[in-house]
Amino acid sequence: MAKKPVTFTLNGRESAAFAEEGQNLLDFLRRSVGDLSPKYGCGQGGCGACTVLIDGEPHLSCLTLAEAAAGRKVETASGLATGPVLHRLQEAFMERFAAQCGFCTPGMLVSAKALLDCNPRPTRDEIVEALSGNLCRCTGYEPIIEAVLDAAGERARA
Amino acid sequence: MTTVETFPTLAEAARAMGSGAAFFGGGTVLMRDVNAGDGPQRLVRSADPALTEIRAQGETVRLGAGVTMARILAERDLAFLHPVARQIGGPQVRNMGTLGGNLFAPHPYGDFAVALIALGARAVLAGQGGARPVEELMRERARPPLVAAIEIPRPRSGREFGFLKVSRVKPKGVSVLSVAAFLPAEGGRIRGARVAWGAMGPAPMRGQGAERALEGGELDAATIARAAAQAAEGLDPPTDALASAWYRKEVAGVHLRRLLERMERG
Repeated sequence: MAKKPVTFTLNGRESAAFAEEGQNLLDFLRRSVGDLSPKYGCGQGGCGACTVLIDGEPHLSCLTLAEAAAGRKVETASGLATGPVLHRLQEAFMERFAAQCGFCTPGMLVSAKALLDCNPRPTRDEIVEALSGNLCRCTGYEPIIEAVLDAAGERARA
Repeated sequence: MTTVETFPTLAEAARAMGSGAAFFGGGTVLMRDVNAGDGPQRLVRSADPALTEIRAQGETVRLGAGVTMARILAERDLAFLHPVARQIGGPQVRNMGTLGGNLFAPHPYGDFAVALIALGARAVLAGQGGARPVEELMRERARPPLVAAIEIPRPRSGREFGFLKVSRVKPKGVSVLSVAAFLPAEGGRIRGARVAWGAMGPAPMRGQGAERALEGGELDAATIARAAAQAAEGLDPPTDALASAWYRKEVAGVHLRRLLERMERG
């Protein structure tokens, strides 16, 4: 079976690995590249646990062909922290107990990051809309929405 | 096992179709089958820039079949399509899902096609001259042709066109039903009414009962009541996990009335 070399940027770093025929980006990131932060929830595009940013926009990595990431900028939750310093969204998620089992959290974080990158002071409704493609079965969403509001507030002060 | 072939132009991709091939657009429909080990033998892709071209000015807008919902939402001149694009999937799906793919997305997806049918949009097929009504393509969903672009007549005013999608989960949920109405008026009377339904048949379809009730009338309470009463005529909705066929037929008129009242208010 033919393998295709895929060169792309992962969290700001040049990265390259071989993709299998028809392999999705989620599987490629987890097994071939070794970034375990995006999660396999449904494999059907329903849950958003696999969300990554491609050129700054949230995409479902389980429904993206790995080879389609060639030349693109991919961001995952593992690129949010700077060394030991957590991203303000991660801090806010901790403060607000916005993660319980944690399986949806990496997807939630990158969806929230994409929102704040283009809309630094979102309303509550805009946050709900931006996170509507990410399911959480633990928290009931309220702590997550509060965390994003907090993070947006901090960003405005910073 | 699925293989992936990528071609620089759509014409080359069109020639590579056939023999177990499916054209790969945004991936939101096809990749689910691939992940389940049930995908087509061959995925054919194209990086042709024409696929993502947007010509948003003029009386007829022309959108490449690879234009995503998010691109439509980012285009100010396509404001009449924003209420439709906003209702498709969640943010991730809108960044991926394409106009061409939505035409052939199986029930309960394909709400954008509903709006296109009501607007009388036409599909330009790869490697073929002219354009065919989107409505006509709905009969070929089992073996979809390769669509290059969609031509969409722009409504003359906001009151001429309306779209409503009903879902149980908000803001992101699949359709119990969706309905679109295009009601051009001459001298206060509706001429050339087009109503289209989603999730009310095997594919998005025209609602002839409602169209007949609206044609020639004024968009007032009496006309709206007549259209609502005839809304479910000729529709053959499915029963699925979201709603029964009986329920869909019962509420079709209610939702058509709400849409028409909103259009009447302008």
